[in-house]
Order: sequence, then C-alpha cells, then structure tokens
Amino acid sequence: MSVAGWRVLAGLVSGALFGAGLIVSGMTQPSKVLGFLDVLGAWDPSLAFVMVGAIAVHALGLRSARRLGAPLASRAFSVAPPPRIDARLVVGSAIFGVGWGLSGYCPGPSIVALPAAGVGGLVFVASLFLGNALGSAPERLASLRQDRSSALQS
Amino acid sequence: MPASFTPVSALLGGVLIGLAATLLWVSNGRTAGVSGIVGGVLRPVPGERGWQAAFLGGLVLAGVVGAALSPRSFGVPGLPLAALALSGVLVGFGTRLGGGCTSGHGVCGLSRGAPRSLVATLTFMVTAAVVVAVVRHLAEGQ
Repeated sequence: MSVAGWRVLAGLVSGALFGAGLIVSGMTQPSKVLGFLDVLGAWDPSLAFVMVGAIAVHALGLRSARRLGAPLASRAFSVAPPPRIDARLVVGSAIFGVGWGLSGYCPGPSIVALPAAGVGGLVFVASLFLGNALGSAPERLASLRQDRSSALQS
Repeated sequence: MPASFTPVSALLGGVLIGLAATLLWVSNGRTAGVSGIVGGVLRPVPGERGWQAAFLGGLVLAGVVGAALSPRSFGVPGLPLAALALSGVLVGFGTRLGGGCTSGHGVCGLSRGAPRSLVATLTFMVTAAVVVAVVRHLAEGQ
C-alpha cells in the first residue's frame, strides 16, 4: 500500500476506534452528558472518567512517540498552535460551551450518533458544519483587509 | 451518586479514545481533534483531506455498528429542531473560533500539557454547566 493510502487507512481506523470509545463511554447519550454538566442536580461524574482514561493513555502515547523522529506515514509531526491565550480562545470556547450545554452534543459524538439519531441528529451536524464555516469568516475578513491594504501600499 | 454512574465503561471508553488519538499521532503525526478535522474537510489542505474524510467516515462507521449492537447507547437531545440547529451552529462556530473542542483541547491538548487547552477546557465546561443550571434549575424552576 502507498504511504498516502496508509494515511487514509490510519484515519479510518483511528476514527472508528475513537467513535467506539465515545459509544462505550456514554458520550453518545446527550442525557448522560447533560447529567455530567448538571452540577447542581443529580450530578453524574462518569464523564470525568472518560477524560482521565483518554488523557492517561494519550499522554503516555505522546511521550513514547517522542523517540520517533517522524511519524510512520508522514514527513513530520504537526506543530502545536502558538501558545496564545487570547480573547478568541476564551470567547470561542465559551460560545461552544453554550451550544454544548443546550443539547449535550459536542462534535465527535454528534457525528457518531448520525446513523442512529434521525432528523434531529442530521440537523445538528449540518448546523455544526455551517457554524464551522461561519467561524472562519473573521479570519477571511482579516486576510482580505490585509490584501487590500498591501494593494493600496504598492 | 445517581444510578447512572458508570465509571468502568467511561474509563474503558476513554482508553479507546486515547488509543485512537495515539494511533493517529504515531502514524500520521496529526491531532485527533474532531472540530479541526471537520474544518479540514471544509477548507482542504493538500494531502490532508483524505485521512480527514476517512476519520469522519470511521466515526460514522462506529455509529452504524454501535447502533446495530446497542441502540440504547444513543440518544437525541430532547429539543425542538430550531434549538438543535442553534446549538449546532454555536458548537461549530465556537470550536472553530476557539481552535478546538472536547477532543482537540480536552483530550489532545491536555495530554500535551498545553496551558491554552486547559483554559479552553475549563471555559467550555464551566459555560456548559452554567447553561444546564439555568435551563434545568432556573428556567424550569426545579
């Protein structure tokens, strides 16, 4: 198999495994997610254990992967985003939190639940894609403005 | 503790998620952040879209198999369609603006020990909890 083919296969297997994890852990039940977020009610702390399990394994995996100079099927590891903590990060995360608290769906589980969630699931995922596209508008505007000002200067 | 407390399956599911993220990192050198992958499919970068589409396909595949084996593991939020659409737009917009979601910041970023992911995760956890508190306990008066 070509290296590019291997990358696609690894994406498929990783996605399927990730999805299986979301199902087993209970993340594809929005009522359970809301039970975790409902700290004033009958709080169900289960989903904290999802984070603990995932982070423990992945932190260990990342540490072991440091010994590799490069990933097995691509030229280099992706570079972490700049460590900026700014309004964009906080406001974006807060907006996400509002949406998550309304429905109990975050991106991964909503896509895994697509085959089982009927029209409601489809409407959510379509809106998720729309919101993601809208979210890049500020960046595109900024780069447009930059283009225009550099065009004016030249 | 509510009857729905399921620490063992939650931990087991978390381990699978951690393995999936590690596989993607070791093989492709990429982060398993679902909102970032959705963004990558919408705004393709050469050489990336194939595995990104395959990853989303893998998520759906898990859903097909899971729904056949255990339909009780799935649910739809009890909201009118308009509210679901609003929630979806907020989740899509917010994760794009904030550079990640529960998987990208919550799992991958925290596993790397990234301070910005800790800030993001605390922010979306707290705002989500506030929204649930308002909807369940203030608005409905329970």
